[in-house]
Amino acid sequence: MDAALSPDPAVEWEALPGFLEAVYARYHYDFRGYAQSSLKRRLRTAMLHSGERTLAQLQQRVLADATHFAQLLGFLTVQVSELFRDPPFWLALRTQVMPMLRTFPSLKIWLAGCSSGEEVWTMAILLKEEGLLSRAVLYATDINASALARAEAGIYGIDRIPGFTGNHQRAGGKAPLSDYYSAAYGHVVFDKALKRHVVFADHSLATDSVFAEVQLVCCRNVLIYFDRPLQDRALALFREALCHNGFLGLGSKETLRFSAHAAAFDVVAAHERLYQKKRS
Amino acid sequence: MNRGGPFDAIVIGASAGGVEALGVLLPALPGRLRIPVLVVLHQPRDRPSLLVEVFAGRCALPVHEAEDKQILGSGAIHFAPPDYHLLVDVGPRIALSVDPPLHFSRPSIDVLFESAAELWGQRLLAVLLTGANADGAAGIACVARHGGTTVVQSPAHARHAVMPASALAAHPGVDHVLDLPQIAALLAGLDAPATD
Repeated sequence: MDAALSPDPAVEWEALPGFLEAVYARYHYDFRGYAQSSLKRRLRTAMLHSGERTLAQLQQRVLADATHFAQLLGFLTVQVSELFRDPPFWLALRTQVMPMLRTFPSLKIWLAGCSSGEEVWTMAILLKEEGLLSRAVLYATDINASALARAEAGIYGIDRIPGFTGNHQRAGGKAPLSDYYSAAYGHVVFDKALKRHVVFADHSLATDSVFAEVQLVCCRNVLIYFDRPLQDRALALFREALCHNGFLGLGSKETLRFSAHAAAFDVVAAHERLYQKKRS
Repeated sequence: MNRGGPFDAIVIGASAGGVEALGVLLPALPGRLRIPVLVVLHQPRDRPSLLVEVFAGRCALPVHEAEDKQILGSGAIHFAPPDYHLLVDVGPRIALSVDPPLHFSRPSIDVLFESAAELWGQRLLAVLLTGANADGAAGIACVARHGGTTVVQSPAHARHAVMPASALAAHPGVDHVLDLPQIAALLAGLDAPATD
């Protein structure tokens, strides 16, 4: 999608809080704590796509028609990632965190807000290359069921492979990326064997609670879409889910620095946004 | 409060040829300016930006790479980080996103200009410079619709004319079509004594 979208000045944004309340009441999807500028932009994109001129029209359709809401949800949770996006992060994870994770007899890893799965497959490949996949369980969670289905399918356009391959190499890849996928009909499918260690599950950082104790949480470029209180809620979940000395990885422009939970973590790699939970 | 003459914020967008153009404009911003200056410059997405290093020593205002949720208080220049859209939220504060590229660009000038137009309305000054694609055209039109002041580098004087020419096509009523020294003079005059 790459279209010039002009915002429609007629959209009555003062109705946004009421719209979000109504969506929450009807569908239990909670966008009330999302940062407004990106949320508005995504709503505008959705409205241009389906032809509503006002939030009131959108609200009427979405509340009456669950299919229309599912479509809206796709717009509101759009997330385009890559395999090994931000290679220095994955390289730091490989060289600074994996050696410590190796000391655990079994590994649980939470990929929160995994969207269409690029980071899930990235993590599985990284663990495989580090000899840790066989003792690992990955929890890949998102609020968008159709994104989770895409994540699980592991199918991506072949045009994205050169980018993925370059990233993988810069992240210290130990085998050709092509060892992990097969190509057909303009797409690649990642090796199903990698997926045997992944549990895909519907989970909301806004409304759900912790479901397991884990040694590593990765939640990258999700918190930037949240306002401060919701960021703190999510970070509280990660803090609670992590074992002592467990690790947390954030996106390259996300930081613990200003959060209520900053004191509970040590910095492992500041620039790569890798943190370790302190022994309490 | 009236800290930047008639404006509460300045947004600047540029693409090809932009580093050179910004090298003329950003040092012209007076150190006493108490409003945020937000800049989107299209850059390669896969390596760290050097813009802060390049401009920090040459500008009277502090120069930062924009940080998510950062409060926009006093006068400072904030560059969009490579591979992130730069937006503003109520606060006013910075909001970053990894939404899909627009005009194959992330950061996109349209994304910044449109969110700034919504937040600051007629108290926004938007400046669009040289570039080889049409990013920023919809943004300039949006700033104008919200009553903000629009400045576009004269295509005849721009290193790459496509971007400013596209903006003039999208919004023929641009307030000022100027060459770089004229834009620099306009920015330099922004610390005129407060009128209220």
